[in-house]
This record gives sequence, C-alpha cells and structure tokens, in this order.
Amino acid sequence: MSTHTESTDPYATGIVDDEAVADAHVFNIEGGDWDDLVDEATSLNEERIVVNMGPQHPSTHGVLRLILELDGETVTEARAGIGYLHTGIEKNMEFRTWTQGVTFCTRMDYLTPLFQEAAYCLAIEKLLGITDDIPERASVIRVLMMEMTRISSHLVALGTGGMEMGATTVMTIGFRERERILGIIEMITGLRMNNAYIRPGGVAVDLPPGTIDAIRDMVPKVRKGIGELEALLNENPIVKGRMVDVGVLDLAGCMALSVTGPVLRSTGLPYDLRKSDPYCGYETYDFDVITRTSSDAYGRLRVRIDEMYESLKIIAQCADRLQDNPGPVMVADKKIGWPAQLALGPDGLGNSLDHIREIMGESMESLIHHFKLVTEGFRVPPGQVYQAVESAKGELGCHLVSEGGTRPYRAHFRDPSFNNLQAVAAMCEGGMIADVIVAVASIDPVMGGVDR
Amino acid sequence: MADDNSVGAPLPQDGSARQLPSGSDRGDEKSSGFWSDLFAPVAGFGVSFSTMFRKVATEEYPEKPRPTAPRYHGRHQLNRHPDGLEKCVGCELCAWACPADAILVEGADNDDSPDGAGRFSPGERYGRVYQINYLRCIFCGYCIEACPTRALTMTNFYELADNDRGKLIFTKDQLLAPLQEGMLQPPFPMAEGMNEKDYYRGKVSGPTDGQREYVDARDARIDEEMSQ
Repeated sequence: MSTHTESTDPYATGIVDDEAVADAHVFNIEGGDWDDLVDEATSLNEERIVVNMGPQHPSTHGVLRLILELDGETVTEARAGIGYLHTGIEKNMEFRTWTQGVTFCTRMDYLTPLFQEAAYCLAIEKLLGITDDIPERASVIRVLMMEMTRISSHLVALGTGGMEMGATTVMTIGFRERERILGIIEMITGLRMNNAYIRPGGVAVDLPPGTIDAIRDMVPKVRKGIGELEALLNENPIVKGRMVDVGVLDLAGCMALSVTGPVLRSTGLPYDLRKSDPYCGYETYDFDVITRTSSDAYGRLRVRIDEMYESLKIIAQCADRLQDNPGPVMVADKKIGWPAQLALGPDGLGNSLDHIREIMGESMESLIHHFKLVTEGFRVPPGQVYQAVESAKGELGCHLVSEGGTRPYRAHFRDPSFNNLQAVAAMCEGGMIADVIVAVASIDPVMGGVDR
Repeated sequence: MADDNSVGAPLPQDGSARQLPSGSDRGDEKSSGFWSDLFAPVAGFGVSFSTMFRKVATEEYPEKPRPTAPRYHGRHQLNRHPDGLEKCVGCELCAWACPADAILVEGADNDDSPDGAGRFSPGERYGRVYQINYLRCIFCGYCIEACPTRALTMTNFYELADNDRGKLIFTKDQLLAPLQEGMLQPPFPMAEGMNEKDYYRGKVSGPTDGQREYVDARDARIDEEMSQ
C-alpha cells in the first residue's frame, strides 16, 4: 500500500523523509474562496492529500481522529488518532474504595455501562474468593441487565451506523426501541446510563415491584422493533450496496489484531465468552452464538441484529427465573456486602426505615459495619486477577492488582473498542473514502471506552 | 492442527475447558417465501408507511415532560422527623461515600442549655453546614445509600441546569425539606420522654404539646427582641 517503505510490516507507518516533509505544501483552510485553494492545489499536479477526519467529525463516533492519506478518492493509508476523550478513569480508581470504583468504570464505554460494572465486580469477587457465594438472584439480575445493555448498545450501533450512511429512519427506530430498554433499566437502577448498579458481592438493590411484568411487556415490542429494523436494512439494495464487501477483515486479520465481538464472529469463528468461558451462570441459559462468514460490514450488521434476538431469548429466561427466586441480592458476608437497604418513600429514594431502626435503634454491631464499609470499605487480599466478559463490542477484560488494601493498586480494562479500533487501517486502506465511514461504524467503537 | 483447522488454531491450547461452542451461522438460512423475497428490498417502505399511523414516540419535553421512574436519581433532599427536627446528624457518611467529592458537611453539637444555640436534631450532633455541589455530583446515589438516618434522599426532580456556577452549590436551606403540616421549626428540644433511639424506632409521630409550648415561647421571645 505505502509506496515509500521497505518495511515488511504491512501496518508500519512509512519512513518519514524530513526534507520531503519540509518541502511539502500545506493548505490551511481559514476562510477565503474555496476555488482559489482548489486552483492552487491543482496547479501542483499532486494527487496525494492527507486529510484529518475528526476529531470533530459527525460520523467518527465521537472524537475519533482518522488520519487518511488519499489518492483521489482512494484511501492509501489510514491511521486512527485516539486520546481526545482520555479522562484518567483507571488512575482515579486507584484512589477510591473498591465499591466506589464501580461509579468510575461504568463511565468508560458509556453505551455498555453494566458490562464494565459486571467485569469489575466479578474480578473483585474472584480476588476475594467469593465467586461461588454470590446469590443466585443477583447473578440472574446481572445477566438480565447485561443482555438489556447488549441490545441497547447494538441498537445504537445500528442506528448511528445507519445515520452515517444517510438512513435517518434506522436511527429513529433504533433509538425508539432503545428507549423501551432504557425505561426498564431506569425503573430498576434509577438511572438510564452510568448506573453503578452492580456492586461487589451482588447488586445495589432488588428489582422494584412490577419489573417482571414490564420486562415481559417490553420483550415482544422490542422484538417487533428489531423486525422493523430488519425490514429496513436486511435486503435494502442501498444498504447492501454500501456494506457488502466493505471493511473486510478476515479471521487471520482479526486474530493478528486481537479483534473480538461481532467483528470476529462475522468471520465465522463462534468465539463468545458467554459460551467459551462462562460467568454469572451463562452456561445454564439457552441461546446461540451468531456467526456469519462474509467478514464484511454487512455480515457484522446481521450478526448484531441476530444477537439482539438471542439476547431477548436470554431476557425472557431471566424473567422466568427471577419470578421463582425471591433470594437475597447481596452476598451474606456482612464484612463485604454493601450495607444499604434502599426503599422508596414520599420523600424519595433512601435507606429503608427498617434498616435505620436496625442500625440506629437496635444493633450497635450493624452500625459499626455500616460505618466501616462506607468510610473505609473492605480489604481485598493481595494478588492480581483477570476477568473477562463478553460485552456488546467484544471481550471486555478487567485486570485488577491488589496490595491487600481497601483500594486497587491498579485497575486496568481491556476495552474491546480499543483493540477493535486497531483494525481501521486494515479495513480501510485500499478502499474508497466513503467506505471508511461504513467500516468504522461496523467496528462500533465508543471513544469513552477507547481512551478511558 | 493449525493446517487442517484454522478456526481452532489461534485459541489458547492449554487443554482447559475453553471449548468453542458450535456457532449458529445464519448466512445461508432459507428464505420465507417467494413473495416476501420479492418485496424484501422495499420492505422498509412498509415500515415507514405504517409508522405514520402509529402513536408518535417523541417526547414534547419542555411542554409535556414525561415522569421519571420512581427510583430516579434526582435532586437531593434533607428530611425531617415527624415533629420537625432534622434527621441529619452531621456524621459525614454521605461525604465519605461520595466518589466525586461533591458533598461538604460540618457537624456541630446540639445544645439544650437555656442560653445555647438550641437543638436541631435528636441526639448529640446536627449538620450545621450542608452543601452539595451539583457541578461535581454524578448522581450515583452512594450518599443516600450511606446515610444512616434516611436524612438524605433523592427526589425525582432533575431540572438542575443553571447559567451560574455559584448557584449550583446547593446549601442546607435549599436542600432541607419544607416543614410539613404540623411540623415545628427547629431549634426545639426532643419530645418529652423520648430519646434519640426512639426517634429511629419510629415512636415519634408528631410534635408534643411541650414542644409546641417551647416553640411558641421561643418565637414570642424573638418577636419581642425584634420589636425592641
């Protein structure tokens, strides 16, 4: 692809020739007549142009900066520039208790908050050695929340991806259906995103009354909505014209770049952590791993659509299990379990009066636990752990190192968006500039997760 | 193995239970019929057309705001006991729990002595200064989970935007719940015969005559001082 490099590495940037760079013409567009600029550029008889697409470009999923080298309309070199949304979340987590860390990691990939929470909490539980003590109901609720998050994330991926190709209806329908899911999530957690709902040892609060009915009401509606998306997208000649054989990355490429998620499954490899390395009891649910073999943007679209149907299947199974299982939602160990017992009242959401009576009026022991856990938190034995979950975008890993204290020594996340974004160069180079948009949309990167 | 099974080769070869599931390739599924195949490319028009006859999903936000879920994390509120005493004991647990350092609490001692500052809450201490910085608050709700007296709750109010940073640091007088019917304005002593724990056990249902007399006398004294 690059004409000026001797390197055998196909992904290496070409050798920089300082003299050539110094002599190169740089056009800065700062007002004035566009025609003048075009005339000046044409007079040079130079077709090669380097364009910065982003970080303020509406179709680059937030603040992704794509550095594209163009020959006419053909992309000869594509590089992703990241870091515009770096928020220091991982570093901040080192200065907060284990429980407070949930509120930070939930903000990484802001479209899949509950996956980060689940990965982080499962990792802490693994370090504490209490993985088997998590109540069944808490695990089922976690699965339910994760699968709803997966659908809402895929709906945004399809919706924004469609909008970037000019299909506004796909976006409006995607967001309309996502709203139903967010309604349930808001009903359960009190927030639509950045929920901080999954906590070390279980979940923050049990489901409110009527949730199961609301879920059973939501599932067929969302299924119908996804059906409408299918009608709009699946056989649409424009969609197929834009997506088929665009952004191709075969299995070998995915493996070389450690790409996971729908991008990997669109190559035909049924790699899904929910099946290959189950957590939260995923091995007991009945669902299929969706694959395609086309390895292109269209294949990823179809994988996402079919995955949403599988998630709906899991949600229905969760609803059945929750109905039969009244159990607790927080681990029994009072030295670890977060002590809150939330209840609604005319004054809003706060600790239940029963809990207040218990800690303030009856049991000094409970009050001490409450104070200790809130101010200091619990201690986690020294060691390190890696826990991965199958997020909507791929393998979301959480690597925690503990010194034995009440806060992590290091918290690191392997965000699938970050790894998948490496594939931009492999997907885009040699294609047309319009296909860059489709290829990036088919990766579905979220910059909050990439930069953290 | 890598030659004859390129799919399995790149996976960890540790012999553990990391078994690949059998994928469900939907690539060559059978189509549903001749007519639906024929119209599949234009099926989207049917969606757009039928949507015209459906209820509009858009929210008319400023005119007709939709209610939030009951559990919604909105603006905070500092609550009172049924007689009007404040529930906040100035323990700062909310500030400790806050991951965003948005809460400032300064406690002070209640004082029942005749010339003292008075009693604002049952028990030893009350929250003299209470501020929540809504520029920092992330509405995670850890503060309300930490509060040991249900002094702090979250309401469903969410219209908190302002054009002045200073106004978004809410002080105690803004956060404190207004006096409900029958409640008295602190400071005044605890209900006769009751102690701090009785308040948390829910034995106090409203102000007693003794408390009313104290508040009336106090207000009369203040009026007198004001008029002089």
